[in-house]
Amino acid sequence: MAEPALSIRGLTKVYGNGFQALKGIDLDVAEGDFFALLGPNGAGKSTTLGVVCSLVQKSAGEVSIFGIDIDRDFARAKYHLGVVPQEFNFNQFEKVIDIVLAQAGYYGMTRREALPRAEELLRDLGLWDKRNGSARMLSGGMKRRLMIARALMHRPKLLILDEPTAGVDIELRRSMWEYMRRINREEGTTIILTTHYLEEAESLCRNVAIINHGEIVRNTGVRELLAELDTETFLLDLAAPLAAPPEVPGFEVSQVEPAQLALVVHRGQRINDAFSALSAQGLEVVSMRNRANRLEEMFVSMVEQGNDARDKAAAGAEVRS
Amino acid sequence: MNAMQTAIALWTLVVKEIKRFTRIWPQTLLPPSITMTMYFIIFGSLIGSRIGEMDGFSYMDFIVPGLIMMSVITNSYSNVASSFFSNKFQRSIEEMMVSPMPNWVILSGFVLGGMARGLGVGLIVTIVSLFFTRISIAHPLLTIGVVVLTSALFSIGGFINALLANKFDDVSIVPTFILTPLTYLGGVFYSISLLPAFWQGASMLNPILYMVNVFRYGFLGVSDIPVGWALAAVVAFIAVLFSIALWMLERGKGIRS
Repeated sequence: MAEPALSIRGLTKVYGNGFQALKGIDLDVAEGDFFALLGPNGAGKSTTLGVVCSLVQKSAGEVSIFGIDIDRDFARAKYHLGVVPQEFNFNQFEKVIDIVLAQAGYYGMTRREALPRAEELLRDLGLWDKRNGSARMLSGGMKRRLMIARALMHRPKLLILDEPTAGVDIELRRSMWEYMRRINREEGTTIILTTHYLEEAESLCRNVAIINHGEIVRNTGVRELLAELDTETFLLDLAAPLAAPPEVPGFEVSQVEPAQLALVVHRGQRINDAFSALSAQGLEVVSMRNRANRLEEMFVSMVEQGNDARDKAAAGAEVRS
Repeated sequence: MNAMQTAIALWTLVVKEIKRFTRIWPQTLLPPSITMTMYFIIFGSLIGSRIGEMDGFSYMDFIVPGLIMMSVITNSYSNVASSFFSNKFQRSIEEMMVSPMPNWVILSGFVLGGMARGLGVGLIVTIVSLFFTRISIAHPLLTIGVVVLTSALFSIGGFINALLANKFDDVSIVPTFILTPLTYLGGVFYSISLLPAFWQGASMLNPILYMVNVFRYGFLGVSDIPVGWALAAVVAFIAVLFSIALWMLERGKGIRS
């Protein structure tokens, strides 16, 4: 059986101020996977990835990259790893081409190997025309793409993307998605992604782990997770405004705008029944969309459940003390 | 990394460092040239002509080695301190940390970059001094050896300063309050034989005195202190500071949470 691209066992991180960011997490990411690591701010996503990339020192636990234990041979493990961090971390005053070539040099690539690779990546990511300009002159989206090009210079087998499309406009985000899909599909690059755009995770990823308060609360396939979704809320745009929300037997309906209804559909209910009821009342639905992304609904409900359990435990501890 | 890959990584970092200080030459190369020209005009030509001889040499000839060494020390130190701290501040140090480059290569790359600037400025100041005096070098190999070692020592010092620094002020405190006074009191402008006995003894505690004196010995063939002992002290300091800097880097001091 092939070694997983990333294997984490009992990973713990306690910061100097005593804050326990990771509480012994276990995680496996299979080779070739497109994997989402999700969680609210401060949940431990970036700490986990920081340990994998050697930017954060772990307190306990084991991490292997393609079977290479980072405690035994981190340098060899790093050859398989490409990292796109959340914040811009290149010298803004350097030229674009110098940034990517220097990164190749740090991996021991000769100039002869690095130059064609740099051209290929910068062309693919729409930065070739900017190669001789200073990095600070790039737009936010271009800077993100520059970090992707830099991370891919040495052809890593595992690419870690920490919120790669934060602050990027929709058109560019979709072109970046397409690029990530392509390298995952055609080059077999394993991709681990953290994001706050759950639409992104749903659209791109096959497997997902949800981390909250330093613990993995779920680790499953995206489809399996979505199959557990009990309710979905749809927004229905009507042809004409209403004075009051209509009665739709068996469904919860509320009025969002004069000409917009929110329809809650529980698992097992047929949305067609709701349309029939609306039609019978002479109401014409002109368009429909999910109120929130499906994965987002699932994520919010899991995080809220986790927070409720934690609050109850904290309240219990307070009473006992 | 194999030996070739390690060499490529080191070369990449050194070239990047050299590109950095040459890109901003009006901040890095020009000011020391102008400052030293002022020293040569004011102290060497105008005031120096009234001072007369120092240790048997014209005052201009006496201060040239000291001023070259002063430029090398301050530029080696400040180059590494500001470059490494700037990498920390902009987080571009992470480019190196995520790569398989060993820590000793990172340290050596920055130190060699600092030496390139220190020695480059030293060369510029030497060329400027030729407009004011004729330089003759009594011991060329010793002169080159001591200036290279001194440059390495202060580059490592700048690296440790940058590792410990949390803000830009922290990288200017040591040069302003420690390095500059020690340099000025390290026999750049005078022979310690002019001092009363107590201050001669106190001066012997100043490490920069030894470097300036050995360098001057290389130029003029005269020194206030034993040359071999001073060279051994510089080499020992380099070994100790390099080990401390590497240990701090391995521990992630100042760069890993």
